[in-house]
Amino acid sequence: MSILADIFSATILFMIPLLLVALGGMFSERSGVVNIALEGIMIIGALCSCLFLRFMDSSGFGPAHPQWAMLFAILVAAFTGAVFALLLAFASVNLKADQTIGGTALNMLAPAFAIVLTWAIQGQGQTTILIPTWSRITQETLGVAVKDNFFQAFLFKSFYQTTIWAVFIFIIATVLLYKTRFGLRLRACGEHPQAADSVGVNVYRMRYAGVFISGLLGGIGGLAYTLAAGSAFQSTVAGYGFLALAVMIFGNWKPLNILGASLFFALFKILGSYSGSIPFLPKFENIKASEYIYLMLPYVVTMIVLILTSKKSRAPKAEGIPYDKGRR
Amino acid sequence: MGEQKRRSLRLPLNTNILASLISIGVGLIVGLILIYVLNAKAAGGAFISLITTGFRSSDKFAKVLYQAAPLIMTGLSVGFAFKTGLFNIGATGQYTIGSALALIGAIQFQLPWYVCLLLAMIGGAFWGIFPGLFKALFNVNEVITSIMFNWIGMFSVNLIINNLPMMLAKYWGGAQMDRTANLAQANPNALIPRLGLDVLMKSNYMNISIFIAIAFAIIAWIILSKTTFGYELKACGYNRNASIYAGINAKRNIVLSMVIAGAFAGIGGGLYFLAGTGQYTLVKSLLTAGFNGIPVALLATSSPIGTIFSAFFVSYIQVGGDAMQPDFVREIIDIIISVIIYLAAFALLTQELLARGKQRHEEAALDAAEAAAETVAEAAVEVKEEVK
Repeated sequence: MSILADIFSATILFMIPLLLVALGGMFSERSGVVNIALEGIMIIGALCSCLFLRFMDSSGFGPAHPQWAMLFAILVAAFTGAVFALLLAFASVNLKADQTIGGTALNMLAPAFAIVLTWAIQGQGQTTILIPTWSRITQETLGVAVKDNFFQAFLFKSFYQTTIWAVFIFIIATVLLYKTRFGLRLRACGEHPQAADSVGVNVYRMRYAGVFISGLLGGIGGLAYTLAAGSAFQSTVAGYGFLALAVMIFGNWKPLNILGASLFFALFKILGSYSGSIPFLPKFENIKASEYIYLMLPYVVTMIVLILTSKKSRAPKAEGIPYDKGRR
Repeated sequence: MGEQKRRSLRLPLNTNILASLISIGVGLIVGLILIYVLNAKAAGGAFISLITTGFRSSDKFAKVLYQAAPLIMTGLSVGFAFKTGLFNIGATGQYTIGSALALIGAIQFQLPWYVCLLLAMIGGAFWGIFPGLFKALFNVNEVITSIMFNWIGMFSVNLIINNLPMMLAKYWGGAQMDRTANLAQANPNALIPRLGLDVLMKSNYMNISIFIAIAFAIIAWIILSKTTFGYELKACGYNRNASIYAGINAKRNIVLSMVIAGAFAGIGGGLYFLAGTGQYTLVKSLLTAGFNGIPVALLATSSPIGTIFSAFFVSYIQVGGDAMQPDFVREIIDIIISVIIYLAAFALLTQELLARGKQRHEEAALDAAEAAAETVAEAAVEVKEEVK
């Protein structure tokens, strides 16, 4: 039973960053800006929030009020991610540059900047930022008695504040996109910006907003990934930004589908890494290093599902095209 | 994407080059400011070694050429796909498969270097089929297919190399379990010929790979600029609907473009690992070599001949960046390159404004004609579909 709890718990843990970042990408693309820079945004969010957590730890505020410190760290991640994303917005909205090129530049800039800054702050050769142990929510935090049952093993094995916020963010994002005037206008800018402009919507501002929101969510996603991946930030998010992009396309640019897609991908990823300890999975005993077969699994399965569902896939019509007022 | 390219196409060649040069200048200044902020005392010397190391001695220059060869190939790969309106972020996967097939040919089957290089090309081309085919048949975005196949490729290679006992260094008396055999021990025939250049330049890194890469860049240029096939590929990139209307088989061209792009990336992997100076390490993260092709292609605005120079430049400042250590971390180079790419888009815009002032009337006429052509083409496609 405990292994089942572990698998569920780890699935949720890895699903959160995918969900947040894919939702972020959705806002950007729905406004008409292809956001390939999600990977870089995640790195910047993770870098700044981890540095902030270190600072909280050494100043004594963190150990004393761990969850307050964590909340501030999430805010730092969101803010810095959003500021970084503005670079993409500036290039793609004001300069009308190719969005893929701008995004690629930012993806290159972020890890390099992270390494340079980590060196500058922590000294030569120190390329990892340790995450303080108090960042996790435990039974103690909530004042619950420790019991050895399935529910507690599932919930408290790896429980962070980012998980709670992700639930809220998912609900807010869905409502924002479908039930508000802002959401309608944002979607219009991604489908037919000229039409939106003709009824008085400021397309440039809407696209800035879309990219800004993707920065907020991408930054938090970066922190969530770092918490999930281990005990330290090492100037990388291991391609999760690109995976989130895949999840977003897989989720057809819709919040609920993105939720499903991120759960699906995370589950297969965790099955891959737990393959050795799950009794009913085939073991391929005459093949060496057979764990690679399972590690490949989430990518292969996603690919198959994408092919099967591709007929229904529909990208925002105006994404990737810089909006030029003077063009018909 | 089509928009940007259409604009850059109309600019004269020297404007493109000027835009890239301005970006490079500003990028280097940003780098200089950065290293002054980080460590003012060592900054002057470090900056000088950044910009002069590559030319300072023949062995450093050999290193520049050695790194430039695979960069040219991955840059060509990304640029070639760009010309057809496709973003080949999968160069990494194609590079990995190419490297693996070259090494398997060299070590497991003891083949000579040119056969291994051919295998690398086939491997890369094979891995390029998937994004192309899925895009053409199922309309799956090539970016997502490429990303998925980068990982699938990396894990497959690890799986296969682990199951071929001769591949690992341990079989040949090496200590490590986690990397492929040293080629000089396993099969010296598979090393790319050095033709005495290594003695001349006093460097083990020197071989003929840079000439092979330049030859492929010229081949890519001929395909794109001098053949009907290349014209069709570019037409698909500028306006897919118009090209379909003109009778071009867009689906076939998408697949072929990705296959050729994959072949270039695969050769890049072959050139790098058949040099014998690097061993393929079994890792769980993607090789960065393929991703480096993206900035190279962007800096060259996807021009095959430009790719030679931009790869040379990127390789040159990477060698310079290594020389800045240990005072500065070499990732400063990546910051400089990313600033250059970010600015390249901006510089292109300014240059365009200048050019536009001169030929505004001509431009306006062209725009109108083009818009009309587009409308006609789209209408024709719609009519065609309705008739069906």
